[in-house]
Amino acid sequence: MTAVADPLAATPSHEPARHSVTTRVVIYGALVLLAIVYLMPLAVMVMTSLKPLAEVTGGNMFYFPHDLTFEPWKKAWGTSCVGLTCEGIKGYVWNSVKMVVPAVLISTLLGALNGYVLTKWRFPGHKLVFGMMLFACFIPFQSVLIPMATILGKLGGIGQTLTDATGFSWGFGNPTVNLVLVHVVYGLGFTTLFFRNYYETFPTELIKAAQIDGASFFQIFRRILLPNSAPIFIVTVIYQFTNIWNDFLFGSTFAAGDSSPMTVALYNIVNTSTGVIEYNVNMAAAIIAAAPTLVVYILAGRYFVRGLMAGAVKG
Amino acid sequence: MATLEIRALRKRFGSLEILKGIDISLEQGGFLVLVGPSGCGKSTLLNTIAGLESISSGEILIGGQVVNDLHPSKRDIAMVFQSYALYPNMSVGENIAFGMEMRGVPKPERDKAVAAVAKTLQIEHLLSRRPSQLSGGQRQRVAMGRALVRQPQVFLFDEPLSNLDAKLRVDMRVEIKRLHQQTGTTIVYVTHDQIEAMTLATKIAVLKDGELQQVGTPAEIYNSPSNLFVADFMGSPAMNLLEGTVKGVNGVRRIVLERHDHRPIVLPIPATADERQLSDGAKVIFGIRPEAVNDRESIDRGAKSVATFDARVEIVEPAGADTFVVTRAAGKELTARMRADTEVRIGENHTFAFNLDKAVLFDPQTSRRI
Repeated sequence: MTAVADPLAATPSHEPARHSVTTRVVIYGALVLLAIVYLMPLAVMVMTSLKPLAEVTGGNMFYFPHDLTFEPWKKAWGTSCVGLTCEGIKGYVWNSVKMVVPAVLISTLLGALNGYVLTKWRFPGHKLVFGMMLFACFIPFQSVLIPMATILGKLGGIGQTLTDATGFSWGFGNPTVNLVLVHVVYGLGFTTLFFRNYYETFPTELIKAAQIDGASFFQIFRRILLPNSAPIFIVTVIYQFTNIWNDFLFGSTFAAGDSSPMTVALYNIVNTSTGVIEYNVNMAAAIIAAAPTLVVYILAGRYFVRGLMAGAVKG
Repeated sequence: MATLEIRALRKRFGSLEILKGIDISLEQGGFLVLVGPSGCGKSTLLNTIAGLESISSGEILIGGQVVNDLHPSKRDIAMVFQSYALYPNMSVGENIAFGMEMRGVPKPERDKAVAAVAKTLQIEHLLSRRPSQLSGGQRQRVAMGRALVRQPQVFLFDEPLSNLDAKLRVDMRVEIKRLHQQTGTTIVYVTHDQIEAMTLATKIAVLKDGELQQVGTPAEIYNSPSNLFVADFMGSPAMNLLEGTVKGVNGVRRIVLERHDHRPIVLPIPATADERQLSDGAKVIFGIRPEAVNDRESIDRGAKSVATFDARVEIVEPAGADTFVVTRAAGKELTARMRADTEVRIGENHTFAFNLDKAVLFDPQTSRRI
């Protein structure tokens, strides 16, 4: 159907309303304005990170860089001081990656497995179990810090005993392993929620058909369920990645010094109490810290919305 | 020996009893249709045969072996689901071969079996497609192929045609029947469509509220329903069920159907009824199929016992092959199935005839046939 250009033409109420030019100007004007407001901090960060320090302290932060320089980025990456060591943030980025990748994968896979059991292999009391897992989503981080520290301490002790007995380090007590464990435990509530709701609408007849075909519990999971879970998988990975990458509280509590994740290192760079504050270096480091979540969201963002909406509307 | 035997099967969910003691047996090559209204337990019964649901008590035997505790994949059955249940992430060929793959059949053998089944079902050109690229009828065929390739002792069909449109449903019905005749497989088939039940079955089991109402050949179920429920459920349009009274007239027992604007219809006792169960003054339900009600001239020539009566025509429904004429007797509508070119007019009085050879009597109290 071609739209009638005449705005005075009577529009039957059941057709989608056509907007007049004024309405459109107002709508797009507001959207552009809000986009500028939201993008402004990022733009200032990028511009500041590309200026020499003299231009930052002496000039206006909204000006474009006069003497374009990548020195602050190099410094942030390689030679800025975190605490007493001045080797930049590259080691801490790697710390974060080592923590985030296993934590995201393990919590997502376990969440998928939980969702599978809670919807397709129901047992008496499955609702209670799910309710308690949901409860995990609402526990404030701060309240679990001390119990968590106790448990990690005990695990460290067990790890030490194991190492003494077997002569092999099993990873217990390693700060990165500890953080992975903490994030997996804390993330399970969310990942289970996501996958349970997704699998709730997954046709049970497929599971029955696979059972008759002789597929085992894990074969059904791996061959039937997982290949059909791409949307919710992407949602969960983005959600977990963003949360764990951005986590500061657990990182600063359970990992100290050289093993701290990116977020803690960034805090230490910015919060240095000696010398001049190098805003340009700080900005570069902050952008580096934020980049992975930005990239993940830009690459997979459309699946995020699609996945979140999956099952919300039938069709 | 029966291929499938079900003995005193019961299924409970907590205090709720879904199946209340089912006994059925099915011989090799038989086609058993489980039919009944929604919620009668027919799908549950099929699932218990498949092993997808546990049973509370009783026994299920397949090929003489008790399979109560066997995993579905070990029962030597195959199942076709209502939604087809094709794995969306696999091609048609992979779907059909999945069961063999799980049982560790080597690839060349799998390919051969898939090709053979694809040929039988004429889906060779679809093997590399995904289920989402298929039409409803094609999906149905693939689902059947997945079952056929296993060459099981018993095939289970769970309302396989209910997702298809009317025309395709008739085609697929014929195809299933042909497949059954060609391969001589043993089939258990669940449907709520009584036409599917009549056309496909060698044996029909009518269920209601978890209880078997009647098991028999389609002809037995249709002509000699064992109770009012079966009589009413099977057949379209439904059997006419009219309230009457047994009365002695001139020393002979008759059934009297009262009418408020006409003389009562007085009928001899149908030969199908057991006269010893009748006593004067007793209420009975007189049941007669629409095709056993007709013009005096068109009634079955071979009928031994015919009764005629006049009645006013209320509705005439031409249905192409037949015309359904609705009149009134004993306070209820009475449908007659007449020739397409019948000349009855609405509002006129017409002389109808009952073919009493085909009539049955029921006890209104117990609802059982007399």
